[in-house]
Amino acid sequence: MIHQYQLGGYNIVLDVYSGSVHVVDEVAYDIIAMYETHTPDEISAAICGKYAADGITAEDVSECLEDIEELKNAGKLFTEDKYKNKVIDFKKRSTSVKALCLHVAHTCNLNCEYCFAAQGKYHGERAVMSFEVGKAALDFLIKNSGNHVNLEVDFFGGEPLMNFDVVKQLVAYARSVEGQYGKNFRFTLTTNGMLVDDDVIEFANRECHNVVMSLDGRREIHDASRRDYMNNGSYDKIVPKFQKWAKAREGREYYMRGTFTHANVDFTNDIFHMADLGFDKLSMEPVVSAPGTPYALTEEDLPKLFEQYEILATEMLRREKEGRPITFYHYMLDLSHGPCIYKRIAGCGSGTEYFAVTPTGDLYPCHQFVGDEKYKMGDVWNGVTNFDLRTDFMSCNVYARRECDDCFAKLYCSGGCAANAYHATGSISGVYEYGCKLFRKRIECAIMMKVAQAEMGTSDTVFAEDATESCDDCDSCVEFE
Amino acid sequence: MKRIRTLETRDLAKSVKNGGCGECQTSCQSACKTSCGVANQKCENTKK
Repeated sequence: MIHQYQLGGYNIVLDVYSGSVHVVDEVAYDIIAMYETHTPDEISAAICGKYAADGITAEDVSECLEDIEELKNAGKLFTEDKYKNKVIDFKKRSTSVKALCLHVAHTCNLNCEYCFAAQGKYHGERAVMSFEVGKAALDFLIKNSGNHVNLEVDFFGGEPLMNFDVVKQLVAYARSVEGQYGKNFRFTLTTNGMLVDDDVIEFANRECHNVVMSLDGRREIHDASRRDYMNNGSYDKIVPKFQKWAKAREGREYYMRGTFTHANVDFTNDIFHMADLGFDKLSMEPVVSAPGTPYALTEEDLPKLFEQYEILATEMLRREKEGRPITFYHYMLDLSHGPCIYKRIAGCGSGTEYFAVTPTGDLYPCHQFVGDEKYKMGDVWNGVTNFDLRTDFMSCNVYARRECDDCFAKLYCSGGCAANAYHATGSISGVYEYGCKLFRKRIECAIMMKVAQAEMGTSDTVFAEDATESCDDCDSCVEFE
Repeated sequence: MKRIRTLETRDLAKSVKNGGCGECQTSCQSACKTSCGVANQKCENTKK
């Protein structure tokens, strides 16, 4: 399967199952479009007719057809799906746990209008996690992690810094035991910034692999949604703290993460505002909400959002040329050394390798299912006890969704978010089509940027000298039979 | 090739053999928390 599109002045051909990306001229673009449905003579007649003024001859067409055939034989174009039936028996999929989202505080000091977690309470009572519950969660993770070395723990909420002492105690505990079990904990802290101080910054820079700071962009946009319980906007309180923190990260990973809604469909202005504040690692996500709410994204918003993603890509390339690059989470494709086919098929791992833990120690498939009792999977003392549910999530992959069969982006999203699918369709094996449309646009933009960066020489990804040769990035490259 | 340029990319078909070690980051743990994208992650297979 291939996907052809024109963007940023490039004619791009993506070969879905090999992951190959080709940049072609107009003639080759048209020939490739006809290749599988027309004879060589038909193609030649059509192309010579269309490009007569450019002097394109039958010989030119024939030469291009030979190149296409060569790429096809090299497994770089028109490749078939070799994975569906041969690669993974999902019923035998590992159930080793790798990551936990620790809800250390089901409470929040902000009262954001669009919060999917219902102001941090997840439709329940306000609560904070005790050290004992958190310790049991870390023990559960270690015990069930199998051969995984890198274990990921996200301190999440509500607002996790409302329970900062427990966060520090849990990190100290994890560090005290990771060596003896041969594990490496990677911590992430997700925060709204209200309680950030020098102590938090020093701690996070020492212990946290990643920090996610919540900021929605322009002051008026941010403060319209992210207000405290006295109805005051939070922008002026958090921005100076985040600026200090981002600078102090000194190259360590962080993301400035925003949410856009129907109120700021022109969300690139918020991204550029964040960039102008000095933040260079940026993420901006569409709001998760029920249809009909005032801030929910609409069908009418879609064309504007597509345009915004193109504007973002163009502006990012411009800033890169000027020597002041920014990164955008969804445009960070690693085409050279990115994830293997297993990862691309299996998805996010919710309910199998990834769980959310509530303040009382209950396990849920991910943070977006917390509070929905029928998705409770067990607890940190007894482990997973709802095996039927785990089987449902084990089976939740790109091949579980017929809607994904013909989608060019399926090996980039691995079938999409189970929680989004559930909220949109009532089934975790459903498809959140609105999200799919945005995702496909982002992937098109991201691949176009890789092409442009290859031309500029600013990317690890370069043009192949011999397109028919396979990558030699690793010893594990063994021909699939 | 005269009309076609190709980026050097990881051959997904070849990643079948020794892929699947599971050491790469769980996708939702990074920054999004509300969608699913895997292609922006780095392979962390130390055996390759």
